[in-house]
Amino acid sequence: MSEAQAATLAGDESVLVSGAKAGNYAAFEELVNRYEKKIYRLGMNITGNPEDAEDVLQETFLKAFEHLPEFREDSRFYTWIVRIAVNEALMKLRKRRSSKEVPFEETEDQDGEIQIRDYADWKPNPEQLMAREEMEEILREAIQALPPGFRTVFYLRDVEGLDTEETAQLLNLSIGAVKARLFRARLRLREELSKVLRRA
Amino acid sequence: MSGPNCKKAVNQLSSYLDGELDEELRQTLEVHLGKCHHCHVVFDTTRKTIELYCDGKLFPLPEDVRSRLHEALRRRAQRV
Repeated sequence: MSEAQAATLAGDESVLVSGAKAGNYAAFEELVNRYEKKIYRLGMNITGNPEDAEDVLQETFLKAFEHLPEFREDSRFYTWIVRIAVNEALMKLRKRRSSKEVPFEETEDQDGEIQIRDYADWKPNPEQLMAREEMEEILREAIQALPPGFRTVFYLRDVEGLDTEETAQLLNLSIGAVKARLFRARLRLREELSKVLRRA
Repeated sequence: MSGPNCKKAVNQLSSYLDGELDEELRQTLEVHLGKCHHCHVVFDTTRKTIELYCDGKLFPLPEDVRSRLHEALRRRAQRV
């Protein structure tokens, strides 16, 4: 996105936010239409569970609607709802962790040495080698196989494009912990994808 | 990958991909990557991994989930 496009979008967005704050439901609905797909994707990536992702989606926009008067507009509306959505998703994970369905952390190799197992180069243009659905299934399975604490950091940093400090703040982690998890998540995903994409 | 330079290179992988390495370290690393095929592959395929996730449209929003969201929001708005 160019700077001009970003400025137009931000300007346009602030008109919608003002409208929504003044009670114009259509303006709020337009904001929802813009970001609902991204918030659902965030929920799925962090929780790994469709029911939880739907709850995250609903709770995020219901809370945004309710707390809109408190939104001071010192950040983009999208940044504000991402914060709400991450907190909702982490709450879902904690609930599942307390019911022992999902271990949030994987500690066994968190401080250990990284072992690279696969040095094979990949086939060129992997995304053109197979059907889009097949490729997406591989990517989904690989990210879902990561421990939640790793895939949350990977998703926020590499897919959402948050910086290290924002990610650390949102997840209540140190900057060092964010960097360490991101490093391991990237390498693990690479190893998973290598199983499928490596040259024979 | 076995040498100490390879180990050092892999430890700098994330900082390199994020453009956080200072100039001198970056240059030293790039000299190594030019000579070490294994490290070059690890760096290149890690970068591709990130690109694949950024390009992909994983987890599309199902239409019924979207309808329930809008229904819940409308109900909430009517209560105000």
